Amino acid sequence: MREKLNTIVDGTLLLSGNEAIARGAWESGVHFASAYPGTPSTEILETIGDEYDEIDAQWAPNEKVSLEVIAGASFAGARVLSAMKHVGLNVAADPLFTLSYLGATGGIVIVSADDPGMHSSQNEQDNRLMARAAKVVCLEPSDSQEAKDMVGEALSISEDFDTPVLIRVTTRICHSKSIVKVGPRREVPVKGYVTDIAKRVPIPSNARKMHSRVVKRLKELSVWGSESSLNWIEDGDRAVGIITSGISYQYVKEVCPEACLLKIGMSNPLPWNLIEKFIGMVDKVIFVEEGEPFLEERVRSKFLIPAIGKDIISNEGELNPELVRKALHPGTTKAVTFFEAELPARPPALCPGCPHRGAFYCLSKLNGSSTGDIGCYTLGLMAPFNALETTICMGASIGVLSGIEKAVGREGMGKLVAAIGESTFVHSGITGLIDMVYNGNTGTVMIMDNSLTAMTGGQENPTTGKNLRGEPAPVLDLVKVVESCGVKHIRVIDPHDLTEMEKVFKEEFERDELSVIITRRPCVMCYRPVKKSVAILDPEKCIGCKLCMKLGCPAISWKDEKPDISKLLCWPNCDLCVQVCPVDAISKDMEGLE
Amino acid sequence: MKPVTNVIICGTGGQGILLASEILCEAARMAGNDVKKSEVHGMAQRGGSVSSHVRFGEKVYSPLVEKGTADLILSMEKMEALRWAPFLSPSGTLLSCDLEITPMTVNTGHAVYPDVISMMKEQDIPCRMVPAFEIAEELGNLRVVNVVLIGAASPFIPIDEDYWYRAVEERVPSKALKVNIEAFRKGRQLSV
Repeated sequence: MREKLNTIVDGTLLLSGNEAIARGAWESGVHFASAYPGTPSTEILETIGDEYDEIDAQWAPNEKVSLEVIAGASFAGARVLSAMKHVGLNVAADPLFTLSYLGATGGIVIVSADDPGMHSSQNEQDNRLMARAAKVVCLEPSDSQEAKDMVGEALSISEDFDTPVLIRVTTRICHSKSIVKVGPRREVPVKGYVTDIAKRVPIPSNARKMHSRVVKRLKELSVWGSESSLNWIEDGDRAVGIITSGISYQYVKEVCPEACLLKIGMSNPLPWNLIEKFIGMVDKVIFVEEGEPFLEERVRSKFLIPAIGKDIISNEGELNPELVRKALHPGTTKAVTFFEAELPARPPALCPGCPHRGAFYCLSKLNGSSTGDIGCYTLGLMAPFNALETTICMGASIGVLSGIEKAVGREGMGKLVAAIGESTFVHSGITGLIDMVYNGNTGTVMIMDNSLTAMTGGQENPTTGKNLRGEPAPVLDLVKVVESCGVKHIRVIDPHDLTEMEKVFKEEFERDELSVIITRRPCVMCYRPVKKSVAILDPEKCIGCKLCMKLGCPAISWKDEKPDISKLLCWPNCDLCVQVCPVDAISKDMEGLE
Repeated sequence: MKPVTNVIICGTGGQGILLASEILCEAARMAGNDVKKSEVHGMAQRGGSVSSHVRFGEKVYSPLVEKGTADLILSMEKMEALRWAPFLSPSGTLLSCDLEITPMTVNTGHAVYPDVISMMKEQDIPCRMVPAFEIAEELGNLRVVNVVLIGAASPFIPIDEDYWYRAVEERVPSKALKVNIEAFRKGRQLSV
């Protein structure tokens, strides 16, 4: 659900960091791009898909596959890009660490979009640490212009130094817009595939040589980085020198426009010569960086200098200008403290009309619950459902359910099922299901198939019948996949048929064998309403029993002892409240809306 | 040097906050400003509290507005106006749609929707309530509430009128242009 790009004015566009990375890929001749959607990275590939036909762009089933296909394309001499959220890089870590040894033929850019503050993530890992561990170059842009330019820089570095390059962005870079000078596309020929076994097969005898090359490469890059325009010194009052990178640079400029600072654009390997020069210029050093003390620990251990950093700026959460102001000018604030009211929280909720609502309503009604996964349906944990109680990472719902059964048996597991979306199942749930079958588990896996990768804004996946560009694609048949894993009991059901949904749960709770329920109904984002239809309450009939409130529908609030159904929010092809009302007090014209 | 103007547009997911801030950015850019805007996508958009920060002027560094510095806060929902009020500068303007959207925490009985108007009076928060929902209803399209509101906010933002209409033209789908221009004009009339 991207907004359209604006038009070029005086050679500039107002672009988000993600759009700028897409533009940068196009301008610098990228041939091929692949990603698995993940906030805050998703719009990079969406923008390429919508705007830049010259780049062959596709969704991968997961981040590991995405990195492998771009590695192959690089081996064949194409310029390539893979994008993912920070935790996606964990999935892709296996190819990443060895691709670092193999290097690049066509330039390789990997974008890691970290999420400090966890706006839409389960942890706030700082992937500069991953870049260092994998011994690859890490670039950190501080606005959209830098994000665009760094893609070109990254491709040159990648080809000149034979290395993958990680561009590490954060939510505030990805989803902030700023003005970007744009240029034309520069076509770069695909070099072609040439066999080079010593370079691409890391059997130990080859890999040892590769590792030596990697170590040498990092030393050369550090020297190069001190001369590169990626890193720079801004001179000012030398009583204090600030070392900063990424979005933190913008906050420092906002709060201390005249500061003497070192802006790091390449944070791995660090430009040691430039850092040494800067330290020699200033009396005292302060590190302003979001996340882990990455720059601080490395610089202080190399030069053994006294300095301030994480003792005044937390490594938890996201920075903002106020926090940087308080750190650099203690005791000052622009905030007016006239207001200290506690307001009701407004957490996210399943949309009106959401297919998952039927499943969680029934599960909750039967006092059942679930081991959960990553997607909109994680919201099954919220009241009034309270029907999801674990989440780790993509695909983990299935393994966690199996493990609980191994520890406490079928009886101890009670009415727990694994709840996983179809896209997440394809991403990394299938192996969990194979494990369940292979090791004799008896639980129930609920694959919540809403025909869309929804949480990230609505992307296609291998089960939807369309590719990234919306063109027809083969459909992965989930029933056949599950069947071929060895599952004997498979039920496919519309989760908005509450009677049937409840019946299926009851039967599967009783069953002593492994089963899979596929709840199949399209996400509301797939549905183009043909007409407006609103549920209507007959206040005479309503007995105020509040059963409709157990649906957790944002369109229904409770006013004057009766449900109040919002005509703004009520979703056309949903009649769950009509179904649950025991006295037929709610009606809705559903003709032509199925 | 043109000073930086700070605007926060807030409300709940799905209310068209992003489009409203797109229109503002476009108008500011056409008027020759450096512009930055920042918002959060993903899980927060599923009916949760959503905000978009817009800053424009000669040169903008931080994409985020600092607490106590917003020249204008435009809220699409009453309680959200109260939530963001600490960002208002002492000389700023707070505009809110008089719409009430109860969060799930209220629907499930875990919290009570506050009496926003009297809380604002108690705290001396000057707030202009805008009947944007009614205007959108009159126009026969409930989806233009956001454009009515950005119209109502526009006289408080230092950008010439022409740029606003050009920005609406640039950002809204062409088939809905007429109703959106009308929505903007009606909103603007409320404030001039």
